[in-house]
Amino acid sequence: MSTHLQKRYRRQRWFVAVSRVTILLALLFLVGLIVSIVGRGWSGFFRGEVQITVALPETVLENSGKVRASVYKKLIHKALLTDFEQHGITDAGSLENIIGFQGALKLRQLVRKDPDSIGRTITTWLPAGKFADGYLKGDLSTQTLVELQVEPDLIRYFEILDRSNKGRMVFNWSFFTLGDSSQPDTAGIGGALAGSFYMLLLTFVLSFPTAILAAVYLELFAPKNRWFDLVEININNLAAVPSIIFGLLGLAVFINLMGVPRSTPLVGGMVLALMTLPTIVISARAAIKAVPETLLAGAMSLGATRMQGVFHHVLPAAMPGVLTGTIIGMAQALGETAPLILIGMVAFIHHIPAGPMEAATALPVQIYLWADNPLRGFAERSAAAIMVLLAFLMIMNISAVLLRKKLEVKW
Amino acid sequence: MVTIETRDASASARAETIISAQKVNVYYGDFQALKEVSIDIRPRQVTALIGPSGCGKSTFLRCLNRMNDLILNCRVVGKLLLNGEDIHRPGFDVVDLRTHVGMVFQKPNPFPKSIYDNVAYGPRIHKMANGRSELDGMVESSLRRAGLWDEVKDKLAGLGTELSGGQQQRLCIARAIAVEPKIILMDEPCSALDPVATGRIEELIFELRRDYTIVLVTHSMQQAARTSQRTAFFHLGELLEVGDTNDIFTKPRHERTEAYITGRYG
Amino acid sequence: MAIRERALLGVLILATSMAVVTTIGIVAAILVESLRFFSIIDPSSFFFGTLWSPQIAIREDQAGAAGSFGFIPLLVGTLLITLISLAVAVPMGLAIAVYLSEFASSRTRGQIKPILEILAGIPTIVYGFFALVTLSPILRDLGAELGVEVAGESALAAGLVMGMMLIPFIASLSEDALFAVPDSLRHGAIGLGSTQLEATARVIIPASLPGIAAGILLASSRAIGETMIVVMAAGIAAHLTINPLEAVTTVTVQIVTLLIGDQEFDDPKTLAAFALGLSLFALTLVLNIIALHIVKRYRQSYE
Repeated sequence: MSTHLQKRYRRQRWFVAVSRVTILLALLFLVGLIVSIVGRGWSGFFRGEVQITVALPETVLENSGKVRASVYKKLIHKALLTDFEQHGITDAGSLENIIGFQGALKLRQLVRKDPDSIGRTITTWLPAGKFADGYLKGDLSTQTLVELQVEPDLIRYFEILDRSNKGRMVFNWSFFTLGDSSQPDTAGIGGALAGSFYMLLLTFVLSFPTAILAAVYLELFAPKNRWFDLVEININNLAAVPSIIFGLLGLAVFINLMGVPRSTPLVGGMVLALMTLPTIVISARAAIKAVPETLLAGAMSLGATRMQGVFHHVLPAAMPGVLTGTIIGMAQALGETAPLILIGMVAFIHHIPAGPMEAATALPVQIYLWADNPLRGFAERSAAAIMVLLAFLMIMNISAVLLRKKLEVKW
Repeated sequence: MVTIETRDASASARAETIISAQKVNVYYGDFQALKEVSIDIRPRQVTALIGPSGCGKSTFLRCLNRMNDLILNCRVVGKLLLNGEDIHRPGFDVVDLRTHVGMVFQKPNPFPKSIYDNVAYGPRIHKMANGRSELDGMVESSLRRAGLWDEVKDKLAGLGTELSGGQQQRLCIARAIAVEPKIILMDEPCSALDPVATGRIEELIFELRRDYTIVLVTHSMQQAARTSQRTAFFHLGELLEVGDTNDIFTKPRHERTEAYITGRYG
Repeated sequence: MAIRERALLGVLILATSMAVVTTIGIVAAILVESLRFFSIIDPSSFFFGTLWSPQIAIREDQAGAAGSFGFIPLLVGTLLITLISLAVAVPMGLAIAVYLSEFASSRTRGQIKPILEILAGIPTIVYGFFALVTLSPILRDLGAELGVEVAGESALAAGLVMGMMLIPFIASLSEDALFAVPDSLRHGAIGLGSTQLEATARVIIPASLPGIAAGILLASSRAIGETMIVVMAAGIAAHLTINPLEAVTTVTVQIVTLLIGDQEFDDPKTLAAFALGLSLFALTLVLNIIALHIVKRYRQSYE
């Protein structure tokens, strides 16, 4: 083989190697992204609990319905101090680090549910305080605690909890049910999930029928002339308009001009519907185009009108493709953040919205808010919320693929 | 390295053979497209491959420069010797093979580049020219040999794709010639052309045989008769008959050949 | 019956017009508010001003007079980040597309395409989070190691992550363009004794260049309009610089910053966001129209 030819082959091998490395890099990035998010976020789904034996004296807990949580906290801390004596612990610093306000709330809830326990001493599991939570989940090692200059006695107590099986890690269901909070340990995505749900529902209701009807018209009824070329160009361009522009539209027209209440899933759903519309129209048109013309001709030869032929035969045949496109459009809408910020869905909202007219936030916006919060612990919540978001998107995309496979008709 | 079958080939016949196919079988997946094809192709002659569509003539042609490699699930069994060397043996270099065995396709496929760049493509990738003036010379002589020079000499920078169909095909022939191959394979080069353009290509083929070995797949009996010295008749993947073109057309040995060339089917 | 059909046709036309109405709504909304902005702030000081500092304008007694709304630093910041992202995404996306379309076996293609689809389906907020909490600290530490100062919110971090986001986008558009090149050209080049790489580099890529160029234009438009990655990973303060290691701000970041609080529609701060929106819309629209036009013509040329 000539040296020139060898050189040419070498060049080709180089290119193939470089492209493989490129693909590997992309893969590595994806893995890095996932590892970085899961590594940070997993602990958000769990919380530590400490077992405690606490006395509930009648004298303080008379009228248990009105007793404040701080009273329970004092009882808990008294119980902790008793436990300390047994283990010879003298200076463990703030007891909030072992069982804090959350624990007091939980204890109060238990007592209210079972008033008979008043006057007795009960043993129960309570949510751990800040450092105990970190220690039990393995987020904070003994060494990190030392570096954080935590009292040595506190660390010793954590080790005792560990050894006597009085500390455990449980799944944190409240992450899914609580609303936003100024403290990371009481912050949940419940409100954001509800907001996103109402918004997606509205987006679907508004955009899906409109998009299908528009696609049917453009594909099967519209005259072929310059005017409709323009409509087509318009739709293709609309699909490529930056999402933030839709936020400006929502702010100026829906909120300012039409008076739709700010920060609500209603206005969010309207904005996302307009944004998703071109995406669904484009995929629905492709699906309708793929249906052979003979189907419509056949229906019409049996005496059906064009309209009947389209709605009885062509559209049902195109449905799998239309639905797949819709799910993908919905997935995009679910992950969209920027326009929602502009229409006020970034407000701090603690309660969980009960309907689309109540102020709410959305899952991706909640991620943004927490990621931006400098308080220790919020970045972890943010990563955990990303995991939930990605799980939803994965379910949507997989169902789109399955739907296509299952319903696809080969022509 | 060099394998020469000496069993049934005399020394003089060997000297006159540039390509020797020995019991070549081609499979596309489970379908056998060629069955036990053996044929010797002689240098500086036009060999026409004829037969009804689907008979395997194009498949055979594509074996000669291993274009079948590009088809998924295609398998070639048997020996194909080019100057005595088996082109299907492992390690044989296809790129090198294709520089020696040029090809002209059914539909003209000029690159969407200038006329000049189309012809200069081969010399450039094979580093055949030293400097611009030598390359200019190669382009000119290739275009002249393809009978296209006078028509395009003033618009060498124009797009090759903007020429007429017949000119495009001659450009593709010029492009193939520029690589200085020994053999040119032509796969129904006139099937997409009008009769006038076809006539010019046929004249060109007739002239080119002085310098090149040409293997021509054609649908048209007249074209085979007008341009070739030898003709091979394929039928259902088998080579039924091969011989001097005159003989094949005047006194075919095989009745199917006769039926085909007299137009009773095909 | 005929009346029902007519009514139905009317509904279809109404639905179709929604897309047109949306466009008109966008243009009208940003145009009206922008005009109000330009009635307070001189357009030339907006388009050619090199200082962006809108904070001062909130002082009531000089609502119209003060506040500096120079667009240039935002434009430069946006283009800087866009360029960094394209520098990552174009070569990588193109290499992947060429490899998948011309070199890879169909099995490999089947394995790699899902990875790209996953990357393409990840919301940009997730990329932004990654840039903020993972990549920025890594770059800062790396810079410290090498003795260069990298800002906590650098153009580089935002650009790199945005580039990663664009890779599947460019790869899939380029692959479509390569796919549209007819096989006859591939065979023509191979038949002349090209290696696969020569056929690809000298014939197939040049033949698909319009499609690839259109893809790059669409990707730039996306990078320019991308919001969450830059909101999280780029800065808020406007520095007029082309140093990728410094913090820059972008048009989209400023729109978000201006509108994140309560909005007063007679405040130039609020209106400035619409002027920025107008510039962003115009810029991306031009890129999109050119790109979509090329794509359409290119598709026709091989049909």
